[in-house]
Amino acid sequence: MDTQLDTRRKSDERSAISRFLRGYTLQIGIVFVALLIWTFFAIGSPQTFFSYNIYRAFMSTTPFFAIVALPMTLVVVTGEIDLSFTSIMSFGVLVFATVMTFTGNLWLAMLACLVAGFLAGLLNGYLIVAFGVPSLVVTIGTQFFWRGAVQVLTGGNGASLLATRDTFFYNLLVGRLFGLIPMQMVWTVVIAVLTWVFLNRHRFGAHVYLIGDNMESARLMGVNVAQRKMLVFAWVGIAAALAGLIASLEVTYYWPTLGEGYLLNTLSSVFLGGTSVFGGSGTVFGTFVASFIIGAINAGIVAVGLSGFWTQLIYGLIIVLSVILQTVIGKRFA
Amino acid sequence: MLRLVNVSKSFGEVKSLQNVNFEVWPGEVVGLLGDNGAGKSTLVKIITGYHQPDPGGEIYFHGRRVEQLSVPEARKLGVETVYQEKALADKQSLWRNIFMGRELAGKFGFLDVKRMRRETEELMTSKMGFTSKAVTTDTPVRTLSGGERQGVAITRALYFQAQLIILDEPTMALSLSETRKVLDFVTSIPKAGKSAIFIDHNIFHVYPVVDRIVVLDRGRIAGEFTKAEVTLDELIDRLYHVAKTGVLR
Repeated sequence: MDTQLDTRRKSDERSAISRFLRGYTLQIGIVFVALLIWTFFAIGSPQTFFSYNIYRAFMSTTPFFAIVALPMTLVVVTGEIDLSFTSIMSFGVLVFATVMTFTGNLWLAMLACLVAGFLAGLLNGYLIVAFGVPSLVVTIGTQFFWRGAVQVLTGGNGASLLATRDTFFYNLLVGRLFGLIPMQMVWTVVIAVLTWVFLNRHRFGAHVYLIGDNMESARLMGVNVAQRKMLVFAWVGIAAALAGLIASLEVTYYWPTLGEGYLLNTLSSVFLGGTSVFGGSGTVFGTFVASFIIGAINAGIVAVGLSGFWTQLIYGLIIVLSVILQTVIGKRFA
Repeated sequence: MLRLVNVSKSFGEVKSLQNVNFEVWPGEVVGLLGDNGAGKSTLVKIITGYHQPDPGGEIYFHGRRVEQLSVPEARKLGVETVYQEKALADKQSLWRNIFMGRELAGKFGFLDVKRMRRETEELMTSKMGFTSKAVTTDTPVRTLSGGERQGVAITRALYFQAQLIILDEPTMALSLSETRKVLDFVTSIPKAGKSAIFIDHNIFHVYPVVDRIVVLDRGRIAGEFTKAEVTLDELIDRLYHVAKTGVLR
């Protein structure tokens, strides 16, 4: 009798565990990858990876693209892509710098910057929805357009943001919490939580998943596909403007080239985080962890003592391996 | 229940439907037959509010004229559709599919996930007949069999107090026993006092379960019969004739 009960309990436990593994395969996989890479770096350069400084560096620079990668996850879940955010970053900060110069009001400048990002994102969404042009093509176009606009307007000249230094505004966005944690890290966590809530616990997110999984049936079931898609792109636009602002404040200078070089690590974060290229699935948690993996690779490679030339090679290797790992685990427990 | 008067629909040059008059009475199952491209899907999509008819067409629900019928509007009026397999979002969980496009949510649109899971669980045991522990409310629907998936789609339609259930080729790609289940379900609809429109290529599936048959051909209603008027064999003969000549004898 006892043994019978025992086995049943055991099998119940086992099915609970396997259900957990099945439900969170990708999340577990990405944490595993992160640990693996950390171990590799920690063995390669213990003095660096057992000191706090390297983590402060990660928390300072990773948000520059993690803030965009989080809402980008939603774009990819709907089965679309946005390549224009790199230029929207720069355009947003140009608006910030301009309003700051003319009004001296930093909050107003930030609001203008976010609105500019929102509108640029909305435009992407509108072009995609209204004309049915693939997002890949539309956002390549707008990427060039906004970069070009910035170049025309600035003549290639940057602008100092030194006036923001040591203001409350500055400290709120890129200051150091207790002198230890970069504020942009705090904001990244806040945005991650908000994104998670909207994707998983809001009607909006439910529709995002449905659109990416089966757009036709989402439409038939009354989902407003066009409006949802436009909002998702607008969200990336806002995030890009904010990320650009934070990245510029960190160095208190606005470079018109701002955003160039963020394309790959942002998109890699999304894909490495387990979001399907085909749409319909993806997690905020995965993107969040993956951003830090991507952010760590660059610093880690140098710290371990390899030359910077190794970065791309290892970068590629890690992406391919982790994607394969995810697929294998996914099949095993699916 | 439902009446369409003089409904046409053109897509550019293509006239998909021309001056169609169509009605469904309460508690009636109407079989809609017709070749590919006859306009069956277009007709259905007008009834579900997905397409708007061309100007001049009129739609009545329960005797009341509806101007601008939209998908949410049609669902409010009690129109539910069971589409072919493609109606489900494969990678999403059972509960997300059951509540697709009509999620239970609070004031600000935040989902009541607990309630949706609970109600899905109840439907699974009481309506869909899932007994296996391997299938939970969080199971993605792509892991289910064709029949189980159709069960999900049908349960979804029934759960939301449907008045008129449209079945768009629900037996496609199903095994014999699964088809049996779907047909049993169709016969249960009028017993529950509800109406249905049953679309299928296979008249052997349609004939036994419907009260009336409407034949569409090239966007027009080619004819209609109550089941009392024709035997299955006569019907087959007439359909061949329609396909060849476009007119019903």
